[in-house]
Amino acid sequence: MSCREENETLIHAYLDGELDLLAALKLEAHLRDCAVCARDYRNHQALRAAVIEKDLFFPTPPLLRRRIQRALRAAEKSETGRSSLPLSQRLRFVSRRYGLITAGVAACAVLLALAALRSIPGVSRPSKNDMLAQEVLDSHIRSLMENHLTDVTSSNQHTVKPWFDGKIDFSPAVRDLGPDGFPLLGGRLDYIDGRDAAALVYGRGKHFINLFIWPSGGSPKEKTIGQLGYTLVHWSQNGMSYWAVSDVDRTALMQFVRLVRANPSPAH
Amino acid sequence: MTDAAQTSRFDELALPHLGAAYNLARWLTRNDHDAEDLVQEAYLRAFKSFGGFRGGDVRAWLLTIVRNTCYTRFKRDRAEDSTEVFDEGRHGVDDRAGDPEALALEAATRDQVRAALDELPAEFREVIVLREMEGLSYKEIAAVIGIPVGTVMSRLARARAGLERRLSAGQKKEARLELPRGE
Repeated sequence: MSCREENETLIHAYLDGELDLLAALKLEAHLRDCAVCARDYRNHQALRAAVIEKDLFFPTPPLLRRRIQRALRAAEKSETGRSSLPLSQRLRFVSRRYGLITAGVAACAVLLALAALRSIPGVSRPSKNDMLAQEVLDSHIRSLMENHLTDVTSSNQHTVKPWFDGKIDFSPAVRDLGPDGFPLLGGRLDYIDGRDAAALVYGRGKHFINLFIWPSGGSPKEKTIGQLGYTLVHWSQNGMSYWAVSDVDRTALMQFVRLVRANPSPAH
Repeated sequence: MTDAAQTSRFDELALPHLGAAYNLARWLTRNDHDAEDLVQEAYLRAFKSFGGFRGGDVRAWLLTIVRNTCYTRFKRDRAEDSTEVFDEGRHGVDDRAGDPEALALEAATRDQVRAALDELPAEFREVIVLREMEGLSYKEIAAVIGIPVGTVMSRLARARAGLERRLSAGQKKEARLELPRGE
């Protein structure tokens, strides 16, 4: 049995052309001597043939291509005006996608947040930075409601960091801060201010922290914004813009920010 | 790049992979209607994040988005597969196919193979689709799914064992129905 277990993955890798020459030759020699493994090999080979030959590839519905092109044209038109879409239209978009109840929750959160913004004395219309803060907060809330917190779920920075390769045009510094009480939960692709952003998700007790990162200039000076129980902290560092968002208490969030700022590039 | 130029560049790069996107979506959702909706949603998401795309494998990038869109939808609609519960950690002799004859596997019909694949949990089904139908390498599959290569290997081994078990069980049932030859 141990011979079978030992060689099982090797046989699959051999069939998939994933073994280096030396390992392949070694396995071939073993298959000549071992009837049990040789039988496994024949079975796996037969299965592969069965799957590949049966042509299980589903043909694409002929009209789908045109339907998608139409949808892309429509998206392109609305894309240019997206960040300035009135709240009511954005809520309609949300309710279509996420259902009325979650839209209602989103509506309340966003409406109240926006109302809070407008009630700040001296602010008659949100500035670009305020709108960016709003967008970051929207993304944070949406990531919680959609139950789509992470695209890659891992506490291992060596899994999360390379996951972004090829998906975005920059490489975010990723560090697990578990020993300091902020475990890395994973990463997610997000889209903010008209461009790709990396979202690193951390935990603190029952709370989540989203750390949004994208390339941008800006001041290293930290700015803190409070909105309806959420705190947003943002700064720029090493050519990247950072936004940390959470409903965790402010002291904890500032501690998190200090940890992130202290050593952004992890030791390899 | 102007918006119009960006759009047509996206069309040029991404639309050729519509077939691969639809096939993966169809195998994951197991019905045409959901697969179409999902592919459309995935293409829109891809379009929105295309601004930052700087080359690399477009197909793999797109398949990642299709896959993520699909699992987001599964969670949101609570439409979990009515198949075996996926359990990464489970490992043991009961996964082995019980020595199915290679001949029995070759005799399986397309409908039988399709049914067997449909029954697998999504996490096993998708590695089969990406490996056998898309021909992605272990490393590429690992990147699309977001798991280590070692996990790809073990999932693939178990997915294949699962298929072998189902197909050989199906064949045995067929054999029992045949008239005895009379020895």
